[in-house]
Amino acid sequence: MKISMAEVEHVARLARLELTPEEKEKFTHQLNDILEFAAKLQAIDTEGVPPTSHVLNLKNVWREDEVHDWLTQEEALANAPAAADGCFQVPRIIEE
Amino acid sequence: MRKEDLETVIGLEVHVELATKSKIFCSCSTEFGAPPNTHVCPICLGLPGVLPVLNKKALEYAVRAALALNCEIAPFSKFDRKNYFYPDLPKAYQISQYDQPLAYGGYVDIEVNGEKRRIRIKRVHLEEDAGKLLHAGDDIAGAATSLVDFNRSGVPLIEIVSEPDIRSPEEARLYLMKLKTILEYLGVSDCKMEEGSLRCDANLSVRPRGAKELGTKTEIKNMNSFRAVFKGLEYEERRQKEALAAGEEIVQETRHWDENRSVTVSMRGKEEAHDYRYFPDPDLVPLIIDRAWVEEIRRSLPELPDARRERFQREYGLPAYDAEVLTASRTLADFYDECVRLFPDPKAVSNFVMSEVLRLLNAEGKDIVDTPLTPQHLAKLLGLVKEGTISGKIAKDVFEEVFKTGRDPAEIVKERGLVQISDEGELARIVDEVLAANPAVVADYRGGKEKAFTFLVGQVMKATRGKANPALVNKLLKEKLS
Ligand SMILES: [Zn+2]
Repeated sequence: MKISMAEVEHVARLARLELTPEEKEKFTHQLNDILEFAAKLQAIDTEGVPPTSHVLNLKNVWREDEVHDWLTQEEALANAPAAADGCFQVPRIIEE
Repeated sequence: MRKEDLETVIGLEVHVELATKSKIFCSCSTEFGAPPNTHVCPICLGLPGVLPVLNKKALEYAVRAALALNCEIAPFSKFDRKNYFYPDLPKAYQISQYDQPLAYGGYVDIEVNGEKRRIRIKRVHLEEDAGKLLHAGDDIAGAATSLVDFNRSGVPLIEIVSEPDIRSPEEARLYLMKLKTILEYLGVSDCKMEEGSLRCDANLSVRPRGAKELGTKTEIKNMNSFRAVFKGLEYEERRQKEALAAGEEIVQETRHWDENRSVTVSMRGKEEAHDYRYFPDPDLVPLIIDRAWVEEIRRSLPELPDARRERFQREYGLPAYDAEVLTASRTLADFYDECVRLFPDPKAVSNFVMSEVLRLLNAEGKDIVDTPLTPQHLAKLLGLVKEGTISGKIAKDVFEEVFKTGRDPAEIVKERGLVQISDEGELARIVDEVLAANPAVVADYRGGKEKAFTFLVGQVMKATRGKANPALVNKLLKEKLS
């Protein structure tokens, strides 16, 4: 499996990362190294081993449906870069 | 390809907010309409270092819904992260379920033009809702910001995905109505489309009639009422058929229903975001649901709309139409059941509920439980008619007052002096007066004009302000005119 620079650009765009040409070059190599390393795991015989979706041997962790207040509006907005009318303020999302 | 040779294929994705008290992964309240950002905590604000914990009630409600929709509950299921950037999604991922949903393989039956159609359900899964974006200052020139309220962030949702079994906008509407009725019966959601607790996206494509393969589909969003779902799909169906008939190709894309202009609009350019890079959420452990618990939930399911409709026909001898109307909401069906228990004349109760009760409920846009009217009231009122204390016509007047005030019908009748005149001597005297005052009409009747009789009945009623016993009036008039 080989990752192309176009794929690196795509993933960067999805993550909202702006990369310089040098970074793109560097990350393409690094990501390929990581994938190569991961590919070694493919060699392991997993016949009869159930797939894992979680590293902890736990299941069914839940809580009862009870309401507890936590933050006031003021506290919730305390670290917001911008706030107005009790809301977080963000750059305008243009709807069509 | 002619438009007539094309068939429509629709699949619906329905999001339903569950009626839990607290959110799905934190203990914040799910209350609707609170001041913005007052039901929030580090978990639903997406602050670093927090640990989400599943609300057991949300899981129970989801299992309940899935069972009522005839689904299998998966022996193993897990939560995944769906990654995308949007300001209403504070973690930049939504906790959802991807390849191992909670439930799958169900169906809902609908009736289209008297014919039963089965719409298969592909899957039901649990996820969290996003916050709400308020486009304040939309009409203020130069407004450069949007506002975000996270009260809704983390409210539990189930997503119900149908197979592409729906063949028309009308079927889509009927399917959605049926889902809503079932979920209301279950009590797992209030299903208010106007408050966003029931939301619907659709996939629509057209193909040559009889073809096996699906055509290129578009996804339609922002249909916020039953009417909008119908109108939006009707528009999109026509647009695609006309395009294909003109030899154009359909572009796979998301389209936005514009209610004001009654058109769907392409949202191209936002497509790139559809690379969600799902992966298992390491903060949440898998669900391996105990079969005994599933069976316990199954046993606790209430009688569902289809079963209840059939029982109303079988047990009460109601026509299909009446049974359908009376079971359309659980509260009305409960009201009817209780009325019949107290006044065991199903047809009389049904007639009164279908005409008078529904007329006032529709006029005020209310649910029966939001009025002071009780089954005891209605049973008593119908009892007064049956024993001849009041006429059916007076009963309607009395009913309006009971409906508004919740007062005892017998008391209203007594207070307003509405007791029916069944005294033969007294009625005979009034009939004589009416006959004496209308000699020309009497002559008409004797000359063979049947209508003249109805007029004379009306005059007696008028003279008694509607209180005369109608059967007795008929009898006396016939005697005196023969
Ligand atoms: Zn919270």
